[in-house]
Order: sequence, then structure tokens, then C-alpha cells
Amino acid sequence: MNFVKGLVLLVFSITSYAAVEYRKFDQPEQEAVYKILIEEIRCLVCQNQTIADSNAELAQDLRRQVYEMLQQGKSKDEIAEFMTQRYGDFVLYNPPFKAKTGLLWIGPIVFLFIGLVMLFLFTRRKRNTQNIKLSEDEIKQKTKIKNLLNDEAEQ
Amino acid sequence: MFKYLAPLVLFIVMAVFLALGLNLNPRDIPSPLINQPAPDFSLPVLGQPGRSLTKHALMGDVWIFNVWASWCGSCRIEHPIFNQLAKKKLVTLVGLNYKDEPEAAKQWLAQLGNPYDISVMDQEGRTGIDYGVYGVPETFIIDKKGIIRYKHTGPVEVNDMQNILIPLIKQLQAEI
Repeated sequence: MNFVKGLVLLVFSITSYAAVEYRKFDQPEQEAVYKILIEEIRCLVCQNQTIADSNAELAQDLRRQVYEMLQQGKSKDEIAEFMTQRYGDFVLYNPPFKAKTGLLWIGPIVFLFIGLVMLFLFTRRKRNTQNIKLSEDEIKQKTKIKNLLNDEAEQ
Repeated sequence: MFKYLAPLVLFIVMAVFLALGLNLNPRDIPSPLINQPAPDFSLPVLGQPGRSLTKHALMGDVWIFNVWASWCGSCRIEHPIFNQLAKKKLVTLVGLNYKDEPEAAKQWLAQLGNPYDISVMDQEGRTGIDYGVYGVPETFIIDKKGIIRYKHTGPVEVNDMQNILIPLIKQLQAEI
């Protein structure tokens, strides 16, 4: 029952009907670009939402801006540039790769690399412990333990 | 030795990053407009029907462009500070009345005092977009050549005015 309730809430959540204006497009391609762009531009008032998700006044104005520029025949890149010129790279959810945003893009790869190196070092160290030479006493003890374990397994 | 130091070093690095992250203000987004020419505008003047103001009319002067609105709560916080600045007659103060009703705006100024030499109305928020406005109040300082030299997001406090804005205004006025 709770699952159904959750599902209903999810389907009718605010984000699914935030963008309410009706926009008329002559070409379906323009409409497609519009939908991509409003999902890619951040609403700076409500920072973790796109302008498609948010109904803040700024988001409404930016959607209008995107629509008008598309009507004027501007391309997706031109509109993205228009936005970054005014609001900076932060306005794009998919920021361009350059010196300033380098850490953002390369960071995860660097961390993955560090993780892999650590994994390699730790597993190698473990393997080394298996190759340690045992003294005769230790070998005797080892076989004794092994036998004990085997006995137990048989019971 | 490495075995014991490594977790400690790792912890210190993480702690430093987290501490830095906690102290960052997510609202403080660096504006790409700093040291760029102030975007053009031609907007109707508040309280003077039929008259409009362009950016070019302000060239040759250092001016402050302060984004405000009667619906903006934190504009009330910084308003007395701008009233005080206006009394000093140090600099041209231009108000950008952002997405507001003219009547409400006039009433707001009548009630709280009008520090602005002139206020222009951006009812559709288009000039706001050109200036990258995302949170009112915002304050820009523009030099004699029409270049944006400083931007402050959020209410200007006494400290900001004394330590940053006024020294910068004086410095810019000394520039040729």
C-alpha cells in the first residue's frame, strides 16, 4: 500500500508539472532543442534545479529567453554561450571542458585511479604474506592446524 | 610507519576539504561580467513617464547600479546603507527596479527614502538577465569607461560599504 502511495506521489510530484507554459514551435527540431536546453540550464535561484524543473520567476524568464532565441533562429550553442556570458559556467549542468572546469571533469578519474592503485598495492601486500618462508616448527604447527580443521570438517 | 600515518594524512586532507566546503557560500557565484563592458540597456525612468535612460548617458562617470524591488525583503536591510551613501554625494547611484510594479516601487521609495539619482524599470527582467541577476539585491560598480569592476550579490552591509565599495569608488574616480 505504501508502495502505491509513493508511486502516486512520484508521478504527480511538483517537478513533473512545473513547466506549464505552452510553447508553440513551427519545427519539431526546435522544440526538441528547447526541451534539451531547459533541462541543461540551471536555475540560479534554486540551485539544484534546472529551469525546466523550477517555477521561480528567474526560471520562467530564462525559459522565455531560450524560446525567443530559438524563434530568432539561434542555435543550441549560441544560446548556451548567451547564458554562460551572463551567468558563468555554473549555469550549465553540462559545463564545457576548460582550465577552470578541469578539476570537475578530471577529478573523478583521478580518484578512480587512486582507488585502483590502492587496491593493487593492498592485494599485492596480501599475496606477499602467503609467500613468507616458515621455519620447521611453524610448518609442523601448520600441518597440525590443517589436520584439526579437516577432522572437524569430516565430523 | 606509512601504515600508521596514511589514515591520519588521509583524514587531515579530507577534513581540510570539508572545512573549506563548509565555509564556501553557494550563493556567491563568480560573475563572468567582471572587467567586461556593462551590457547596454534603454529603460523607462521610474516616476518620469515618457523618459528613458541608456547606459551611454552614464559614460564618463563612475556609477553604482543597484538592483532592487519593493517585493524584496533583504533590500530593506541594505536600503539605509545606500541612503547614507547618497548623503555623501560621492557617486552616481542608479537603481534597477527589477520586476516590480511602478506604483509599489514609488511607494516603497516614499516610505523608506530614495537614495537613487535615478531608477529605471525592468518590468520583464530582460536587463536583469543581461546583467546575470539571480538574487535581488545585487550591486554593480561601473567605471568611467563603462566597464563593470565589481559585483556584490545580496544585501550590502556596513562593512562591505566601508571596506570595499567606498575605497573602490574613490580609486575608480581617480582613474582617468
